[in-house]
Amino acid sequence: MKLPSFWGGIHPPQKKDATAYKKIEEYLPKGELVFPMAQNLGAPCQPVVKKGDRVLVGQKLGDTEAFVSAPILSSVSGTVKEIGLRLTSAGIYENCVIVENDGLYEKDPSWAPIDNYAEADPKEYLKRIREAGIVGFGGATFPTVVKLSPPPDKVIKWLIVNGVECEPYINCDNRLMLEEPEKIVEGLRLMLRLFPEAEGVIGIENNKPDAIKMMESEVSKQGDNKIAVASLAVKYPQGAEKMLIEAVTRQEYVMTALPADVGCIILNVRTVHQIREAIAAGEPAISRIITVTGEAVAEPKNIHVPLGTSMRELIDFCGGFREQPVKVISGGPMMGVSLRSIDIPVVKSTSGILALTASNAHLAPESACIRCGRCFEGCPMGLMPSVLNPLVLMRDYKAFEETGGMNCIECGACSYSCPANRHLTQSFRDGKSTIMAMRRKAAVK
Amino acid sequence: MERLLAVSSSPHIHAQQDTKAIMAWVLAALAPAGLAGIYFFGFRAAAVMAVCVASCKISEYIWQRLAQQTVTVGDLSAAVTGLLLAYNLPPSIPFWMAAVGSVFAIIVVKQFFGGIGCNIVNPALAGRAFMVSSWPVSMTSWTVDGVSGATPLAMIKEGSIADLPGIYDVFIGNIGGCIGETSAAALLIGFAILLYKGIINWHIPVVYIGTVAALTAALGRPAGPLYEVITGGLFLGAIFMATDYTTSPMTKKGQVIFAFGCGLLTTLIRVFGGYPEGVSYSILIMNLTVPLIDKFARPRIFGEVKKHG
Repeated sequence: MKLPSFWGGIHPPQKKDATAYKKIEEYLPKGELVFPMAQNLGAPCQPVVKKGDRVLVGQKLGDTEAFVSAPILSSVSGTVKEIGLRLTSAGIYENCVIVENDGLYEKDPSWAPIDNYAEADPKEYLKRIREAGIVGFGGATFPTVVKLSPPPDKVIKWLIVNGVECEPYINCDNRLMLEEPEKIVEGLRLMLRLFPEAEGVIGIENNKPDAIKMMESEVSKQGDNKIAVASLAVKYPQGAEKMLIEAVTRQEYVMTALPADVGCIILNVRTVHQIREAIAAGEPAISRIITVTGEAVAEPKNIHVPLGTSMRELIDFCGGFREQPVKVISGGPMMGVSLRSIDIPVVKSTSGILALTASNAHLAPESACIRCGRCFEGCPMGLMPSVLNPLVLMRDYKAFEETGGMNCIECGACSYSCPANRHLTQSFRDGKSTIMAMRRKAAVK
Repeated sequence: MERLLAVSSSPHIHAQQDTKAIMAWVLAALAPAGLAGIYFFGFRAAAVMAVCVASCKISEYIWQRLAQQTVTVGDLSAAVTGLLLAYNLPPSIPFWMAAVGSVFAIIVVKQFFGGIGCNIVNPALAGRAFMVSSWPVSMTSWTVDGVSGATPLAMIKEGSIADLPGIYDVFIGNIGGCIGETSAAALLIGFAILLYKGIINWHIPVVYIGTVAALTAALGRPAGPLYEVITGGLFLGAIFMATDYTTSPMTKKGQVIFAFGCGLLTTLIRVFGGYPEGVSYSILIMNLTVPLIDKFARPRIFGEVKKHG
């Protein structure tokens, strides 16, 4: 039987075996913790603590009044050592709160489960999700409360849990589904209370049969007939929002529309898990699960890490480097961000730390396009990368827009397949951000 | 101090197949037809191939040095052009003519238009067309070792159907013709290699050959559609020339239109033209329509028109 999927796409090597069978390990940081104030899409936070303040686990370090935002909470107890600039995974120096860990992990007493949470007013959930600082842990870090508050005229028919994890190497979502399926299903059931007309779908790529089985048995154990597990074809980028919606609901939508316009809300498995933890256990979003892997890492692991922990500590925890890495990436190899240093804190968007050696990291120079059409076949959005690329290089942004360039989801399928090593995705990122900047400028005038 | 890490835009991994690997697989897929050519036409066929490949590579190297460009001879695309040109020449062609044709293909057809990926027509075919008009006699004499071997298509044109070689000989390649075009069997092995390695998809060869078969059957050509498709340069053209990335459309939809056009023109030339063979001119003409086809046969952008509704 042909499994549901989408048009286009590529099949990069999975390389998940190094960590697919490794249990999630707990890690407690030793040194200082760094909390960048910009960890979500939307408005960055402002520090609400001062140098010298004592902070507790779960205490607010930064917040803002803006709607599209999420507060930053401390993952340890200790003293605020400094508020200043630090290098982050964005590749720039950003405003950070630095906390000296006292190793006591004394918890802010105001964090407790919502009373009688299973029957509580669902509005309480939304308040809790905002206060707990929950954002999309899939990588886009969109504030979850905003996602869960669609305009009243939109009827939500599908609440989709994204367990696809189509990035090669990464296993954090896979492991979470295997180890704590009951919390994911419970989190989804709590969220379904917000949308009485919706059914829940847990989408998982077929290369994780154990996770599919585990989630199916958990759904039947909790006896919820509004939740189904969808086994999806193994194809990158199956986990992209638009591709997942197409695979699950057979619906497409235009660039300017949102998932809610086709009756969908998508949440990553870890996000749903964190929602359950915040509501039922009083645990705010102060940690995440990351896969530390890649050919350069001595002992690849899946680790449950307090946010703010230095990546260097985690690499040491994995036995350090067995070989000099050429590239270290925050996230997966297809869409992750390459780092120039490993003295960088883990933030809400860090799904993995991937250290690649010279033989795996792709650094070949560009050559001329041979018009082979592989980029056309790989593009899940039906774009023409080899036509768009010269438009950006010639700075013909108008033609780039007219040819559909703004639809690009930056999945990297075109660059991956290009035999001439053209930097296609990079040029589209450039074109898109230039056009966005021009639009902002025009709006100001 | 730790070594600095490389920073670049994602993706950070890449498919194994680069331009050079693709060209190497095309050369490998061409090998069976070349061996068949050497077997049937003798050592001279191998010498013609060597002259063409060497002339193409050397002329590309000299041009790129003189024009102060990055030398890309290592990507093997010039070798593919040279070998394809050799496959389109009679085994008795004088070496100097083969060399001049190769230089024309690389310098005039490929480099004048901007090099790899930018030429508007297939360099090997344009080189052959240049040679046919320059040396029509040498390009159409199929005499090897004193034995004259008129091509089956020429015989059909002349109306001497009774003298046609048997279908088995035609399929294997034991007939008169160009070095690499006669053995349909060897070319099919090459087609299988290209498909298996994902170098090309089936659309152009199958639609092209299918169109010629259907139209020649419909027009009642005397030798029958099967005989029609396995003779002449159709297999070589459909599998290796019409599928040239640079001079064929990029979408499958466009490739089907392109291949149908090639098939239609080939049949028209064979049936109504003054020339027995039609493959090379059909492909050259259709090459010129590719920008137009690419303009209209575009993929559908996600969400723009509802597919399921």
